[in-house]
Order: sequence, then C-alpha cells, then structure tokens
Amino acid sequence: MAMEITQALLAAQSPDTQTRTAAEASLKQFQEQNLPQFLLSLSVELSNDQKPPESRRLAGIILKNSLDAKDSARKEYLTQQWVSVDPSIKFQIKESLLRTLGSSVAEARHTSSQVIAKVASIEIPRKEWQDLIGKLLGNATQTFAPGFLKQATLETLGYVCEEVAPQDLEQDQVNAILTAVVQGMTSAEPNSDVRLAAIRALYNALDFAQQNFENPVERNFIMKVVCETAVSKESAEIRQAAFECFVAIASIYYDYLEPYMQTLFNLTAEAVRGDEEQVALQAIEFWSTLAEEEMERQDDCVALDELNSPVLHFHFIDKALESLVPMLLETLLKQEEDQDQDDTVWNLSMAGGTCLGLVSKTVGDKVVPLVMPFVERNIAKADWHSREAATFAFGSILEGPSVEKLSPLARSGFEFLLSAMKDQNSHVRDTTAWTLGRLFELVHRPASGDPIVNEKNLPGIMTVLLESIRDVPNVAEKVCGALYFLAQGYEDAGPASKALTPYYESVIAALLSTADRVDVSNVRLRASAYETLNEVVRCSYAPETLNTTAQLLQEIIRRVIQTVELQVVSSDDKEKQSDLQALLCGVLQVIIQKLGSSEGKSVILQAADQMMMVFLRVFGCRSSTVHEEAMLAIGALAYVTGADFAKYMSEFYRFLEMGLTNFEEYQVCSISVGVVGDICRALDDKILPYCDGIMTILLKDLSNAMLNRSVKPPIFSCFGDIALALGEKFDKYLPYAAPMMQSASEMCMHLDTTDDDMVEYINQMRRGIFEAYSGMLQGFKNSNSEIMIPYARSLVQFIEAVFKDNSSDDLVTKAAVAALGDVADALGGDVKVLLANTSFYNELLSECLLSEDYTLKETAEWAHTLIQHALQS
Amino acid sequence: MAPPPDHRRPIKRAAISDQQRRREVALRLQADRRSDAQNRARQLASSVLSLGPEPETEPEVEPEQEMSDASGQLAGRTDLDPVRAARLRGPEVRRWFARQLMLPEWMVDVPPSLDRDWYVLPRPSGKRCFVVSSNGTTISRLRNGSILHRFPSNLPNGARTKDVSGPASSYSILDCIFHEPDETYYVIDMVCWRGYSLYDCTAEFRFFWLNSKLSETGASDPPSQYHRYRFNVVQIYECNLAGLQASYSGQVPYVKDGLLFFNKHAHYQAGNTPLALVWKDNVCSQYVLDTDSKGQIPSQQQVVLELQNDGNLTTSDDPPVALGSLSRDLIAQSGLRVGNLVRVAIRDDYMRLVDGKLDLGKLQLVGKTNHSRAFADTYSKVLFQHAARHAPLRIEDLVASIQSISSTDKSQASDVEMEG
Repeated sequence: MAMEITQALLAAQSPDTQTRTAAEASLKQFQEQNLPQFLLSLSVELSNDQKPPESRRLAGIILKNSLDAKDSARKEYLTQQWVSVDPSIKFQIKESLLRTLGSSVAEARHTSSQVIAKVASIEIPRKEWQDLIGKLLGNATQTFAPGFLKQATLETLGYVCEEVAPQDLEQDQVNAILTAVVQGMTSAEPNSDVRLAAIRALYNALDFAQQNFENPVERNFIMKVVCETAVSKESAEIRQAAFECFVAIASIYYDYLEPYMQTLFNLTAEAVRGDEEQVALQAIEFWSTLAEEEMERQDDCVALDELNSPVLHFHFIDKALESLVPMLLETLLKQEEDQDQDDTVWNLSMAGGTCLGLVSKTVGDKVVPLVMPFVERNIAKADWHSREAATFAFGSILEGPSVEKLSPLARSGFEFLLSAMKDQNSHVRDTTAWTLGRLFELVHRPASGDPIVNEKNLPGIMTVLLESIRDVPNVAEKVCGALYFLAQGYEDAGPASKALTPYYESVIAALLSTADRVDVSNVRLRASAYETLNEVVRCSYAPETLNTTAQLLQEIIRRVIQTVELQVVSSDDKEKQSDLQALLCGVLQVIIQKLGSSEGKSVILQAADQMMMVFLRVFGCRSSTVHEEAMLAIGALAYVTGADFAKYMSEFYRFLEMGLTNFEEYQVCSISVGVVGDICRALDDKILPYCDGIMTILLKDLSNAMLNRSVKPPIFSCFGDIALALGEKFDKYLPYAAPMMQSASEMCMHLDTTDDDMVEYINQMRRGIFEAYSGMLQGFKNSNSEIMIPYARSLVQFIEAVFKDNSSDDLVTKAAVAALGDVADALGGDVKVLLANTSFYNELLSECLLSEDYTLKETAEWAHTLIQHALQS
Repeated sequence: MAPPPDHRRPIKRAAISDQQRRREVALRLQADRRSDAQNRARQLASSVLSLGPEPETEPEVEPEQEMSDASGQLAGRTDLDPVRAARLRGPEVRRWFARQLMLPEWMVDVPPSLDRDWYVLPRPSGKRCFVVSSNGTTISRLRNGSILHRFPSNLPNGARTKDVSGPASSYSILDCIFHEPDETYYVIDMVCWRGYSLYDCTAEFRFFWLNSKLSETGASDPPSQYHRYRFNVVQIYECNLAGLQASYSGQVPYVKDGLLFFNKHAHYQAGNTPLALVWKDNVCSQYVLDTDSKGQIPSQQQVVLELQNDGNLTTSDDPPVALGSLSRDLIAQSGLRVGNLVRVAIRDDYMRLVDGKLDLGKLQLVGKTNHSRAFADTYSKVLFQHAARHAPLRIEDLVASIQSISSTDKSQASDVEMEG
C-alpha cells in the first residue's frame, strides 16, 4: 500500500470525476480497514522528499483532519481514536513528523509543524510525548543547524503553545521555550526567517510567561528583545509581529507595563508616523487595546471597591493624552480614495478614528479641547481630505465626554453639518451623515431641559435628512442611521415625542421609497430603511400617529403578499425573498406591538385575519424550516388577540411544530418555544388540545444532544407557562416534566463552575427550572395542590443547593425565593414537614432582605410572609 | 488592505442590528408577561388596572362621609380571584372593585388595649379611592369603581419616563383620600408595592413600608409635568395619649374628618372590618351627623337601608342585619323594588335594644336615595349616628380608656421587674 498511496493521493486531486471518486473510495477503504497503518503511511508520505508535493500536501491535510475538527463532538471522537492507536505506531508517526521539520521543502515543514501541534494538543494534556519540547529545543539551539530547521522548529513551538493550555506545560519547559525563542529573535541570529518565526512563536508563548513576567530581570530582558525587534531593519513583517506582541502584552501583562511606557510611546509614535501601514496599524492597535483594558479596569475598580481588592490602574491613556491625540489626528488625514464604499475598510484613517473613539470613552471630557482645534482648522479647507478628517474627528469623540460638554458644540455645529450634507465630495457627506447619527444617538436627550434638537432646528434637520436620503446609497444608508437615532431619542419620551408627528408621514414615505431603490449597490440600504422604519414607528407618539400607522400596516401587508407571489427560480432568488420577508415581518411585529398596546388595538384585531394569512403564506414559502421573523410577529399577535387566537391554531400548529423541531437553526427553535409561552397566556386552557404534541416535542428537545444548549432553559420556563395556563389539567404531563426538572437540577449541581460561560448557562438553567416549578405550583394551587407534594421536596433541596453555591446571580436568587414562596402559597401547612429539619430558608431570606436590589428584597419579604403564614396554619 | 483584527469593530460600521433588538424586545416582553402571569396567580391584586374599559360618564360622587362609610353588601369575600377579575367588564368591574377597599367600622365603644395594639391618624376629608400605578400610568378609582383621575405620577411605573427600575408591568396600589382643596392624594394605606402584595401583611408592616418606600419615589414632590398630583403620607401615631392628642387637636394641612384607628396586627382585609375604626366629634370633623339628600341635618335620624324581597330593610353588613320592615302596601304604593336603597327616618322613642339587637321600631319612609349611592348603611354606622345624637362616645372616654390601660400596664410591668 505504501507504494500505492502516492497514486491514490494524486488521483484524489484529479480533475476527472471518475478517477477522483475511485481514489477517494480507495483511501476511505484503507482508512476504515486499518487506521493506524493508514495514518503511518500518510506521515511517511509527508516526510519523504522524493514524493511529489501534491501528494505530500494532501497527506498532511488528511492527517490534520484525522486529529482535529471544529465540531466538539467530532473532535472528541477523533481524540479517542488517536489515543487508541498502538503506541509503537504512534511513535513511528511522530518520529516521521519531527523528521519532516528538516525537509528542504518549505511547504512540507509547515504542514508538519501544524500536525505536530495537533498531536501535542491531544497528548500533552495526557502527560504523553513529554520529550517533544526537548526534541524541538534540541533542533532550535543546535549551533550548526540549518536555518530552515530552526525556522520550522520555532514555528512548531509557537503552534504547540497555541494548542495547549498554560497549565499543561511545566515551568522549566516554559523557561526553555522562552529562552530558545528569545535567542532566535536576537540580532545574533543571521537568518531573518528564523527571527520572524521566533517573534511569532513568542506571541503564542506569551500566555505561558506569567512567572517570567513577574520576575523583573526576565521581564526586562523579554521587553528589551521585543523592543529591538520592533525597530529591526530587515522586514516589515518582523516589526509587525513585534508590535503584535506589544498588543498582547498590553492586555495580558498590563500590571507590569509602567516602566516601559515611555519607550512604548516613542516606538509606536515612530511606527504610526513613519513605518509601513501594516506596522503602523499594529502600533495604533496597541493604544486601542490599552484603552479597552483601562476602561475595563475602571469598571472593575467601581465593582470591586467594596471588596477592597485593589485593581491596578495607571491611567496610561490619560497621561499620554496630549501626545497621543495629535498622533491619532494625523492618521485621520490618510484616507484612501473610495473608502466610503466600504465601512469595514481597515486603513490608517479608520484605525485612527476607532482608536480616538476608544480614547474618548476612556478619558471623557479631557479629549474635547485637544480635538476641537483640529476640527476648526480643517473643516473648511479646500482639500476634501481635511474636511472629512475634521468631521470624522468630531464624530469619533462623541461617546465618552459628558452631554453637558458636548451639547454647546453640537448646537453650534449643527448648521455647519447640515450644510456639509451638500458637500461636493461624497466622503465628506458620508462622514457628515454618520456624525449626525452619532450626535442623535449620543448627545440628543429630548427629555432634558435644553435638548440639542428643538422646535427651532428640527424643521431644518428634517428637510436636509429627507433630501439626503436620496443621495448615493452609502450616504443614504448613513442618513437612515441618523433618522433611526433621532427617533430613538424620543422613545419613552411621552408627549415630547409629539415633536416628530408632523414628519411622520413624510419620513415613512421616504423610507419606503428608499427600500424600493433599484440602484442598490449597497446591500445594507434596504435593510437599514426598514429597520429605521421600525424605530420611527416604535418611537412615534401613538395618539397622533394611529391612522398613519394603520395605513402603513396595510402597505406592509401588501408588500409581503408581493414577495410571496414573486417568481422564485434560483436559490439566490429564494434567499432574497426570504431576507425581504424577514424585514417586512419585522415591521409587522413592531406595528403589532405599537398599536396593540395603545388605542390602536382595534386596528390590529381587525387586521388579525389578514396578517395571520400572510404569515402562513410566508411559512409556506419554505419547505423544511419556518421563518424566524414571522414567528416572532405571531407571538406578538397572539398577545394582542388573546383568546381569539384559538381560531388560528389548527392552521398554525404544524408550523409551530416545525419551529420547535428545528434543531439546526436553534434561534428559530428558541423563538418558537417563546411563542408557545405567548400562546399559553393568550389561550389559557384552550391550548389543551395542542399540548400533547407540544409537550412531546419539548420533552424530546430536552433530551436531544444535538440541540444548542441555549434553548433548554427557555423550555423549562415554557413548562411553567403551560402549567399555569392549564391549571389542574397539567396533571397528565407532570409525571414526565417533573423528572426532567429534577435531573436537570442535579446536572446543574455537577457542572464545572470555573468556566464563565458555563456559569452563565447554569444560571439560566436554574432560572428556567424555578420558573417551571413556580408555574406548576401556582397552576395546581387552587384545585389539586397535593399533587405537587412529592416534587416539592426536591425543589426545596434544589433551592438549598443553589443558595449554598455562591455562583448564582440575583435573578436566579429571586426566582429561587419566588419559588420558595410559591411552595408555601400552594401547599400551605404541608410545608411544615418540608422545612422541618432545615433553616437555610431563613438565612436565604435574611440575606435577600439585606440586598440592595429592591425587587429581590421585596420578593423575599413576600415569601417570608407566606412561609410564616403557612408555618402558623 | 487587510480586514481589521477579529475583535476590533471599525467605528464607522453601523452598530445597530434591529433584528437583534426585535429579538431582545420580544424576549423581554415574554419575560415580563410571564412574571405578570405568575404574579397574577400569586394573587397580587395586579389585575386592577386591566379591568376593562372605563365607564363613559363619571357617576356623581357623594361627599366623603358617605363614601367612606363602612358598608357594602358585596363586601366580605376576601378570597378574590384576580385572574378572573381581570376579565370582568362594565358594571362587574365596579362591583369587583368596590369589594377591594378595607372599610372601617364606626367606633361605638372603645376596643381594649387601644394604646398597645392600635394606631390613630387624623383622617383627611375627601374622596376615598384606590390609586394604581403601572405601565407608565396612574389611575385612581373611587369606591364605586369609577375612574377619578388618570395621570402621570412619580409612583413606581406611574409615568412614561425613561427612569424605570424594575419591570414596567409591576403594579403599586395605594389606599388614598383625594383632598380637593389642595389637590393632594393623602395616602392612608399601602396595598401593593412594585408588584408585591401587602394584603397579608400586618398594618404595622404596611405603615412601615409605606413610610420608607413612598419617600424613595419622589411621589411627595410638588406637581410637575410627569407628576400631576402630590402624594402625602398622613402622619400615623401610636394610639397613646400623646398620639391621640396630636391627631385629635394637632394642626394638619388638610380638612380633618374624624380619626381613623388601625389595629397593628390586622391584615389588609377587603370589606368591613372591626380592626379598623372611624370615630369623630364636632371638634375634629365638620360632618358628625349625617345630612339628608338636601345636605341638611334632619331633625330625626335617617338611615339608608336595602329592601329585601321579604319586605325587610337591611344594612350592608355581611350577613345583612334587618332593622325593620315595610308593609307590602307601602312597597307597592311607593313603586319600590327589591334591592332599592331607601332612606328612612327613625323615631327615637321607638328605637330600642332587644336581646342585644337594635330594633328601630316603626320606620318612616323618606324616599329612594341618590342614584349614585351604591351601598346601604352599616349596623355600626346606625349605632354611631344614634349615639351621636343622644349619648356620644366622647374624646374623654377615649382618653380615659387609654389612661386605665396604661396604669394596668405599669403595674404589670413593675411586677415582672421585681420578679426578675
């Protein structure tokens, strides 16, 4: 086979389908019949310099894919498969991989170092292949080793560090790696490929260097070498990698940065002003990272204040401000032509503006006097670069400084900005519209005494915005954003939102025609127009806009029907149809919520049949999945129609079922679960005929390992919704649901609480379970509360366990306390037995009574009263 | 040029994702509605606001001395079912609502341990009402269920302002008297606060909560755009000599109408209760003696009673107490129907207590009552009004009762001390 595998690997890349398929089949057969030999053959193929590069390349890829996969279940399977391979064969494979690092073919070396790292990621945590690091270091430090071997070895060390966790390596191994890497970086190393590989390896090894950074001598040495590398004359790639190391150090080792800051400032300033763009971008990234780090520390300082745990915060940004800001302002003048066509473009000007934004958020008011002279100096210059940079600078500093500080500037700048919407240069108009949007988002406070937008300037603003929405697509999109945030300012503003009423109709008309534009090279424009429409509807003053919104409702229904009737041929058409339906159903959802909660309820009730028909037709456009947005809108509709929703259930049910069983698109599944809750509250026990189906699916969902775990907590909450709706009629589901809740409670007690994501998940799970119990206890309370007695004990135990575990958050505690009160409420005197030999509930309630969260405090007060009442009865 | 580093979002890229926002809004609404539904089931009396459409016309309002009378033939059922109540419509709303207020009996004799177990407060004159704040609005309803005001206030969720802590749907319910002259709601009890029921809490706790919570909200601030009426807490005193004197003769910023007494250990009980009492004399109230339908004090005591189908005239107590009867002829002549409220005059010389029960003897029909009146008088009111005309319970009697209690207390206390 060893001879044949080369042929098979080459044939598997043949352009001829038949040849290719046959080769793939024979490789697969080999793999299935004798995996260890198969892997060994591949490693031999990879190591053999006599073999063609194509077969070696594919051999490496198959090897990698036999060791690692993105999907975690598949990865676990592959890990076990490797572990069970005969050790002597594994040894041969690893030897041939290490040998390949000395190959004269660069590609083979590179592939081999990746495969080695994958093997290491399986074996090193298992305390196997402990001589790997030693062998690699042997290669790297051999004085007379060829440069390419050193380079491949350093690269491998970097990949290994990337694959394994810091606790998996011994400190002496870490020390040896760092020594080898640093040695590779020094100017004593003649080969620049080796130096590049070394600095990149250092980047990956930084996570391991905690102890080395704690030691001033070692830290000084590492920093010195990186600084030297950052000014290395050889290649921009090496300098870029050195600045990447500074970025990582800024976030991992902030605590130790102080002595180096002056040097770092000088290095980054030189790079930003004079080095190639790729290096300059990393130098700016250093400051962006530092700003983020300091913002986080500011938050932590506040949060940890009472715990008396000091958080180091050196205010580096603040101290560097007077030099840093001018450096960033210079970068704003380095725009590229046509960059306004792509908002994700990453160049000096964009990176500089982004960094300036983070700096403003970090230091607040202080940034303003440093930026405004630049704005004033450049805003009227003849060169568009100056005008755009001036506006961009102003727009970038609007988040962070106080509204008081910014309002006067905004007020005096409005007129200028509005006139700049007619600038001859589209970059300037684009940035101006974006800046207006930022002003509305961040500085506009209609409820305040002296808002920057008032009855005097609003007409002028609206005139300009409604005109500019017809500008080129990228500017039009920014104008949509500006309208979005202008409207958002009036959310919950009560009668103050009347200010927008005179423009309501014309804004809606403008947005609808923007959504209809045919010159859409900008794919986001249509979505922006509809999303802005949503916000404009949401924030309108309901008593005055009712009729217009009712008309809009009919227009949107008409548009949805149009999409259903579209000719759909290609999968591209289908995607476009689906995207448009999503946007339109989104608008319907917003209108239902808006009118349904006000005097407009009757409008929704009248149009309910029509809308439901439309939603069902949207569902009908797909065969296997349901439309998430239509589902959300239906949930909103059910809430408004209440019990009348019953008449739609027979038609709607099969789509609901489809949504609940959609494991692949878990968002759809999750939303469908939420809609079940909405329907429960609308129908009460009229939902009973559908509950056999719904409960069966929900129970299956819970035991489905393929379903994204985030859907599971809402399913428990949904049990509570169903139980509350059905009351005593939930009894037939109780024997199935309650054991699920019990086993989930137990699972929660045994999950890993060191992982933040896991803790978050456990807490969601706990809340879901408590809500399920609460719904059931309340549901059975009036007629058949004894049925809950067998389950109440495990609930009380669960509450106790959650109380004693200090990883739960306030929301969980509140749900726990509420459930405790519900037990007392539903079971009355029967609670005495449950609480007889325990007193944890007193501690729990007393703790909650001391909480600063008033809702928690009051839930506890309520539960306390009920428990006292029950104990005395 | 290369794309930005993975985690770095270019400042000019649009940050809004309205879809995400829609998802979040839907999730938040669902969570709110779930906790709403659960709270309703927890009998938090949270349904009061959602009680159907308001009546188109505001019924005529009687002066407070009648509004606050202990009465209500529908009262007494305290195991209310707010989930069902939420679905009531029209007149049922008003009837359901009328059952929710705690109605003090009239004090015809002094309860024991007045200074140990009771609070006293000077009652403001005005319209007794429930004030409910939720979902950005505040509504006050009179005892007959009709809406008095709908307005924004600083009560929790009482106005549509951005400053909302906690779910917008949680309710607060206050028991108030609206005092016209200074357009102020005087709060005399707290029934529900931020969604949590205080029905089952003792008066002691409710008053403590009322005093500590109301001040946190700014509800006592002067009126402003988002706070149409001011809410003031009525000063509550321990019912000892000092407290009684302060409430009886102390200056208050409102027109006083008698004194209210609350038993410290009593829960908030809808309907008539002897654990809350009202007492008045000419010094602390302008309205001691009932007026007739013309607003005059009649020479003979008049009472309002409900006509039953056996011809008996009964009070609004639960169970009703029959105080006399009308002959079939008279009923036929006057065109009265069962359930009508009638105003009758009593001749003093016919009134007597028989076997501990009041017998009004021969009743003289004065006429049907004012249309908006919903309830007959209570037994305790009839007694109090009778006593007020003949042998009133005087302030001196209350003082004497307290003095005798405190002297007994002292001797008991010193006994204990000596034993210790």
